[in-house]
Amino acid sequence: MFVPHTEGQKKEMLRTIGVRSFDDLLEGLPKDLIRPPLDLPGSMSEMELVRHMEELAKRDHLAQSYLGAGAYEHFVPTSVWALALRGEFSTAYTPYQAEASQGTLQSIFEFQSMVCNLFEMEAANASLYDGASAAAEACLMAAKHTGRSEVLVPDTVHPQTRQVIETYLKHSGVRLNVLPCRGGVLEPSTVKKVLGAGTAALLVQNPNFFGCLEIHVHELSKLVHEAGALLIASSYPVALGMIVPPGEYGADIAVAEGQPLGLPLGYGGPYVGLFACKMDLIRKTPGRIVGQTVDQEGKRAFVLTLQAREQHIRREKATSNICTNQALCALASTIHMSLLGKEGLRRLADLNFQKAHYLAGELEKRGFPRTFDRPFFNEFAVKCPVPPDRIEELLAREGVLAGLPLGRYFPALKDSLLICVTEIKTRGDMDAFVGLLENVCR
Amino acid sequence: MPITGDRKIVEELIFEQSVSGRAGIPLPSSDVPRTEPETSIPSALRRRAPADWPEVSEPQVIRHYTRLSQLNYCIDTHFYPLGSCTMKHNPKVNDRMAMLPDFSALHPLRPHELSQGVLEILYEVERWLRELCGMDAFTLQPSAGAQGELTGILVARAYHESRGEKRTKVLIPDSAHGTNPASAATAGLEAVTVRSRPDGQVDLDDLRAKLGSDTALFMMTIPGTLGVFEPQVREIVDLVHRAGALMYMDGANLNALIGLLRPGDLGVDVLHVNVHKTFSTPHGGGGPGAGPVGVKKALEPFLPVPRVVKEGHVYRRNLDYPSSIGKVHGFQGNVGILIRTYCYMRLQGAEGFREMSENAILAANYLRAKLAPLFPKMPKGPFMHEVVVSGEGAFANGVRTLDAAKRLLDYGFYAPTVYFPSIVHEAMMIEPTENESRETLDDFAAAMAAIVEESLTTPEKVKTAPHTTPVRRLDEVKAAREPILRYRRD
Repeated sequence: MFVPHTEGQKKEMLRTIGVRSFDDLLEGLPKDLIRPPLDLPGSMSEMELVRHMEELAKRDHLAQSYLGAGAYEHFVPTSVWALALRGEFSTAYTPYQAEASQGTLQSIFEFQSMVCNLFEMEAANASLYDGASAAAEACLMAAKHTGRSEVLVPDTVHPQTRQVIETYLKHSGVRLNVLPCRGGVLEPSTVKKVLGAGTAALLVQNPNFFGCLEIHVHELSKLVHEAGALLIASSYPVALGMIVPPGEYGADIAVAEGQPLGLPLGYGGPYVGLFACKMDLIRKTPGRIVGQTVDQEGKRAFVLTLQAREQHIRREKATSNICTNQALCALASTIHMSLLGKEGLRRLADLNFQKAHYLAGELEKRGFPRTFDRPFFNEFAVKCPVPPDRIEELLAREGVLAGLPLGRYFPALKDSLLICVTEIKTRGDMDAFVGLLENVCR
Repeated sequence: MPITGDRKIVEELIFEQSVSGRAGIPLPSSDVPRTEPETSIPSALRRRAPADWPEVSEPQVIRHYTRLSQLNYCIDTHFYPLGSCTMKHNPKVNDRMAMLPDFSALHPLRPHELSQGVLEILYEVERWLRELCGMDAFTLQPSAGAQGELTGILVARAYHESRGEKRTKVLIPDSAHGTNPASAATAGLEAVTVRSRPDGQVDLDDLRAKLGSDTALFMMTIPGTLGVFEPQVREIVDLVHRAGALMYMDGANLNALIGLLRPGDLGVDVLHVNVHKTFSTPHGGGGPGAGPVGVKKALEPFLPVPRVVKEGHVYRRNLDYPSSIGKVHGFQGNVGILIRTYCYMRLQGAEGFREMSENAILAANYLRAKLAPLFPKMPKGPFMHEVVVSGEGAFANGVRTLDAAKRLLDYGFYAPTVYFPSIVHEAMMIEPTENESRETLDDFAAAMAAIVEESLTTPEKVKTAPHTTPVRRLDEVKAAREPILRYRRD
């Protein structure tokens, strides 16, 4: 498929090459292994493929979902992907030849600028794979920068993020110390107990995995810095339209799962890891960075820069093994951020907050009290009179995903269901959801 | 090309088009009774000033990003002969299928009973990869080739450790991509360089001398970065296995092998695949990709979780692999990219992959023949997926490979990969893929001949190229010395 040569042309090309048959070009390959039989089907036409894929997609159609837990269902304006999937963006490579890649480079520069402004941080890179690997890279960077060997991560950080950090840190000589938290937030006293001269960094997620705001971030930041360690803050980008950005409480490195900014849920990916830091850390940053410069005629232009950090130059001494960023996802996010604008983000955050607080209030009235009495943004845990696994199963029959049964990650919270509400839910949706929950718990 | 009133600016930044109070997209008003955030969130935890994002209208956004897109060269507009990057045709139907609303809406933590369609796709992608590569098991979790490398090395390391062996070294030829040693270092292992002979083949004496009871892996790109299939590969695999080490194959150049030869049949124990190369998923200007890792049976228990399994007619995400290295992605990988991969597999079919590889090889060797009169140090070949030439002796008057690469942009071609592999002086890696027509290849060779001629007659023209792109050569030193990494309002 997609081969333009006619049989006649192929013969002529072989003649130009100077071989009699195609197989003469395979002389170096082990003859006994060439062209193995393959137990695979033949090709489909585009028409057949479309029908096949639509059938597969339809199979899991659901009406509504209240699942959040690290991946959020926000409305994505049509323009976002209409622009991002233009072939000029999607079928270009990493912008090595800057003169022929200014579109990609300028959009990344805009992305870096918007990420800095979102976090109130000084510098940002061109993105990493996802929020989890961004957090892991931040831990490694903090350890290298401080020369220390322990990273503190409270269990209010997403369990799957913690798993990725564990994988990345396992052989790096950096120890991961998971801090158990009670009451839904990280208490300064918990950190004080373990903070010391060996602590490279503390990672906080705000709002955290339970949806609670980490109410002590300012104090935690002070504690960590007094001990000479770094603060790594993980955020939910939409929440930053309302809650304090990491730069304001002194985070040295800010990371986030960028999916809520224009990327579909898509069963987990591709997403985009946002990564920003203080300017004095920039030369230790993993991944691509775009900078502004001029061309030989003095015209403003953009280029990949600070490449002395990277694997293609530094090989085993690079700051990370990462090559690509998630350029197309970063582009979609950039477009989404432009469409929202300054006021749009604030209003979007407010809508999320309003709807979630309405649902939490209604549930409370019907006998589903919140598990943690803490300030929250658009996600919260409620205690259920019936095992949440059972609720999930029963509501799925009605075409509704009820949320995440927390017992899957925290056995002590086996009665709790983590519920997320975004701007896409109407009051009617939520009233119906409360009715369904009441029904199955009766 | 869009040039604004200011001749020093090609396209204003979106920030520079911002007008205070302007809004892009309307949001619905709230339909629930209002809760004042102040009542529950203390002021120290609230944002004081909104994020300084641009304030622009939707039409402005559309025009701005459309104009930016027009500043790029891409496969859809140009021959993009970037060696080892396999810039091949990206079928549009694959994008459309991956963005079907019912796929887009799938939350990654959905119960498996409600994810059967997508799980079937992931299961099938693994099956196709197993069959095409001759491996026993795959993980689809890594987000890109580099993360695939890291995953593969971690899996190999866990395998050795499970057998009570402490193997700390990863042997890597000097012709390898820089990611190989960087990934070894990230996995906490020591990268040791193995020399290549002048013809680019692995120096077996050096390999023998360095292989030992402390060798965890030998990492080799097959076909190699010189575009050639290493004829000693079986001997190498044998040496590696006899030392108790594992054979790792970097699958970056698989586009000339799929359907023709299965790496597993060669004795490869671990490999990663870059689906944005061989399996046509869009490069996206630098990601997202996906870097599936395949292993032989003995290494399967160490693959990342969750794994997709089929029980009867039901697909499930299985977490129960106690020896697993854990997770490398927040969820289960770049599924949207893997859906595109699946579409490409179904479009090609078994026979299509063979045809694909054969025509990639045909094109590379045809280009070699067309370019041979221009490059005195042209290797004999035959080549696999790409042809690697040295600019030395080809260009006159001090014109270098970089200059020729920039000049190609003026002729309407993206530049080949240059100065890699480093073992070839003034290297140019040219990968035509199976998609480029003979006419395009002829045009490319003619452009190269014209540049050789220009180096004799008008060398300054080549040395100051490109002349026709939206911007000319950039001051990269300035960019690194005085980093401006973001827009700031004056």
